Amino acid sequence: MPLLEIKNLTKKYNADTLALSDVNLTINEGEFVSVIGPSGAGKSTLLRCINRMIEASSGYILFDGVNVSTLSKNELRNLRTKIGMIFQHYNLVDRLSVIENILHGRLGYKNTFEGIFGIYNEEEKKSAFKIIEILGLKEQVYKRCDQLSGGQKQRVGIGRALIQKPRLMLCDEPIASLDPNASKIIMDHLRNISSKMGITCLVNLHQVNVALKYSDRIIGINSSKVVFDGAPSEMTSDIVYSIYGSEAEELDIDIGGRNAS
Amino acid sequence: MQADIFAKRRKDNLIFFSLLGLITIASIIVTEYDVVKGFTSVFKAAVWAVANFYPNAKAMAKLPDILPKLQETILMSISSTTFAAIFSIPFALFGSKVTKINNILGSVSRLIASIFRNVPIVAWAMVLLFSFGQSAMTGYLALFFTSFGFLVRAFIETMDETSTSSVEALRASGASYLQTIFQAVLPSAAPQMISWVLYTIETNIRSATLVGILTGTGIGFSFELYYKSMNYNAASLVVLVVVIVVFAVEFISNYVRRVII
Repeated sequence: MPLLEIKNLTKKYNADTLALSDVNLTINEGEFVSVIGPSGAGKSTLLRCINRMIEASSGYILFDGVNVSTLSKNELRNLRTKIGMIFQHYNLVDRLSVIENILHGRLGYKNTFEGIFGIYNEEEKKSAFKIIEILGLKEQVYKRCDQLSGGQKQRVGIGRALIQKPRLMLCDEPIASLDPNASKIIMDHLRNISSKMGITCLVNLHQVNVALKYSDRIIGINSSKVVFDGAPSEMTSDIVYSIYGSEAEELDIDIGGRNAS
Repeated sequence: MQADIFAKRRKDNLIFFSLLGLITIASIIVTEYDVVKGFTSVFKAAVWAVANFYPNAKAMAKLPDILPKLQETILMSISSTTFAAIFSIPFALFGSKVTKINNILGSVSRLIASIFRNVPIVAWAMVLLFSFGQSAMTGYLALFFTSFGFLVRAFIETMDETSTSSVEALRASGASYLQTIFQAVLPSAAPQMISWVLYTIETNIRSATLVGILTGTGIGFSFELYYKSMNYNAASLVVLVVVIVVFAVEFISNYVRRVII
């Protein structure tokens, strides 16, 4: 059953800049989908249109059968609690501790008063500690986030999204600022979230190799259009070329080698 | 080739300094400023200051009269700053790109702050003299207005700088406006905001002395009283205690800054 349906989605920033043009996609529950494409192709815009951090110009998005674009302010808040988001630059409150940042994921469920003063119940705290353990951040629970490494910060970002108990995770270049080692840890966690917890993941990526290794399905975007939508096994060097254009050669992607690893 | 670069630099320097010299000589001629007399009178002034402008035993007897005035000035600087800070927060929230409610409210609050900031404190004091006469209220309001204008600007920049990314994350998770302010914006911006408040207290103590001369209150009044009555020893004592207080306040606020950041 499709969790997310995107129909004729178009986003114009102004008369000259078209970020997305007539995008149609269907994402099924539990899928791990990567979105690849050159910088400026519209990957980030696509992700942000889904939770309306950016308002689409036309077209519509159905999330679990609900039309996202017509939601009122409160309904939108409600929808966003079901969609976790993680960012390239982690977007944590650096001066707060790991546990406080993770609990921020519960704010969407709270009334204004509880949210302002950060009042969380026992159950929420327990589930925060459980998530911290899964992500291997037990030693860092009370550390301030500005003392963490990039990989640890991104794990806090994942924790903050997980505690929302989301059905969909939007990941905007989650490993673009990380070294290969930390990247692997983060991608493994995301893959786990999808396989073990059944949470659908939509991940913007820069690295074609990573997309090939982790995804159930890959979507290629080039200059605001979807140019490829299929399984990693269907990916060929010609398709990579059609997604990345002349940049493809510089990327030096070894399509044939992926089955060996 | 390299020799050419050095030759060119020498030529540029020569042109620059000749021009500067020419302008200086021209302005001396136009203003009929006697350079020799200028420098010798600095020397004479120094001699006069050493002979007259120092606190002697008789001046020290005035200290019990001066200290309450000093206290009045310090307390007024602090309370005008803290009140200005409280009033600045909502204006800064409306004016900041991250937390604005809409563009109109943002422009209006920035415009108000800009007016309060750009009218010099002495001009405020003179305008307020008409309404409140020579009273502490005049000085208090003059300090309050300029501090308010300055702090709104400083707070807006602090918020834009420190909390853009975490606000995006919390909004995406379904947190409400007020929750985002209290859980992301204020925790991130607080240390720098406190630092700006401390800086404003320092400048206000300096300005308060000047404004006091106009409004006939506080330590500025003491200075004018002794100066006009040609009691230069006592006037110099006033200057001395102001300098000591300014240094002390700067020392304390530097210490506080180190602790909170």
